[in-house]
Amino acid sequence: MTEPVLALSGIQKAFGALKVTDGVSLSVSPGELHALIGPNGAGKTTLVHQISGMLRPDTGSIRFRGQDITGLSPERRARAGLARTFQITSTIPSLSVLENVALGAQARAVHPLALFRNAARDEALNAPAWAALEAVGLTERAHVLAGRLSHGEKRALEIAMALTLEPAAILLDEPLAGVGREEGERLIALLASLKGRYAMLLVEHDMEAVFALADSVSVLVYGRVIASGEPAAVRADPAVREAYLGEEG
Amino acid sequence: MSEATTTLPGPTARALPLPARRVLLIPVLLFGLLALLPLAVALGLPSHWLTLVTRAMIFAIAALSLDLILGVGGLVSFGHAAFVGIGAYATGIMITEGLAETLLILPVVLAVCGVFGLVTGYVSLRTRGVTFIMITLAFGQMVYFLAQALSAYGGDDGLTLYQRSTLLGFDAFGNRIGFFYVVLGVLLACYLLVRVIVASRFGRVLRAARENATRVSVTGFQVPQVRLVAYVISGLIAGLSGFLLANQTEFVSPAFMSWPRSGELIFMVVLGGVGSLHGAIIGALAFLFAEDILAGWTEHWKVIFGPMIVLFVLFTRGGLVGLMRKLGAGRDD
Repeated sequence: MTEPVLALSGIQKAFGALKVTDGVSLSVSPGELHALIGPNGAGKTTLVHQISGMLRPDTGSIRFRGQDITGLSPERRARAGLARTFQITSTIPSLSVLENVALGAQARAVHPLALFRNAARDEALNAPAWAALEAVGLTERAHVLAGRLSHGEKRALEIAMALTLEPAAILLDEPLAGVGREEGERLIALLASLKGRYAMLLVEHDMEAVFALADSVSVLVYGRVIASGEPAAVRADPAVREAYLGEEG
Repeated sequence: MSEATTTLPGPTARALPLPARRVLLIPVLLFGLLALLPLAVALGLPSHWLTLVTRAMIFAIAALSLDLILGVGGLVSFGHAAFVGIGAYATGIMITEGLAETLLILPVVLAVCGVFGLVTGYVSLRTRGVTFIMITLAFGQMVYFLAQALSAYGGDDGLTLYQRSTLLGFDAFGNRIGFFYVVLGVLLACYLLVRVIVASRFGRVLRAARENATRVSVTGFQVPQVRLVAYVISGLIAGLSGFLLANQTEFVSPAFMSWPRSGELIFMVVLGGVGSLHGAIIGALAFLFAEDILAGWTEHWKVIFGPMIVLFVLFTRGGLVGLMRKLGAGRDD
């Protein structure tokens, strides 16, 4: 086995008396798509926030590409190659789709905050942005304001924004939430096309998608990983069936 | 992802969208009309207009600088007049001390405003929303009371200047028409500068952070740093307008930086249309014209002006520029 891109060990986080993350350890290898499932309130999003740096765990460590990133700010993690999407779509509504995506390329540029050079006509930023739009199938919508996209398109845009960071790992927080059937299928195909190229941690409720895409699955219940392994094994696990899959029928 | 660069779409898909060009019409018209004003005065327009428009353009520089942080960056500063006041006082104090040379005064004005911006910005940008408004207001009032306490330089009564700034020893600002063009030139230069900044990589991050700071920071940018730089740039430009104001009025007073003045600057930006930059200029001109005309009618002009402001804010989203766009392009949604 190669060294994991992303490795959590013993992550704990409490809000007052409520333990939202209770000793979580998991790892994602290069090119692996690791799904994180669990019932509502299991602490999935809180865990993603801790990995991306928006929340600081109380104890435990997060290693990314062999480096301890537990104390780094979200922007430092992003620049190190850790990208994320949000459960509630997070784009810049009044910028065009192309500009949204170019923002990621800009973060990686030599002068990310150049004060006088025009950004909209900057090929150094636009070329990778077009490539990312191509990858998610949004080239037709490049000059539309991001706020005018359909929900599913916004989801794809967020993934394109993550791609321009040239990430080593992408955290996907429920990319299919609230998306209709047709757009959902397109997004699943998109995720499948990215598989193997990036390490991905996928938080998702859609079991069909999870079992179609994931190389491995961890099940989070009340902040604790109750099962982890290959999809088939996890699906067969009695504790998982009782805690989670049982309710799905 | 490097392999994907070979599959770029053709030039048609990559052309910039059209509306970008039409936006230029209003500022070109605006600056063209301003440049022609001295001609209109020569042809019979009351010369009082020259003074009024010069003053309005000085406020337009301040409003423009405020629009950079308020409109573009989404940071509602309620203490922006402090920068104008500091610029004016630095100018006034230096002239009083016998240092009237512009090439000496300007670096001091910019340095003082820069330091004030760095310190107050560093503190106030740690807060959001109403707290930010209150902290910037508090800093503004601190400077206001400081100016009142400067008894060596007029204190409460303000400071009358015995001369204007000179440029390389000449009385460069003495001619009214000449000074009008100096102010117009500074306004144009500031406008172009801010436009370039807004369109730059830096500006894009500033704009993006207004709407979604979280997204910008997980994309790898340090939002507080970007905002601080914008805040300081804005303060420098406002300080420049203070320098011009002191030279026009030949008088500086604590009222230059009182909180109602900061409120007026915010209103100018809202009046013209937030975030469009030329909107702030139009807002400042409209504000000073309205003030001048109403004050000519009745000494109780504020009773009329107040409700006008309220109605205006209620009924025109997008300010004067938004209104013009609606009237100019009926098909546009």
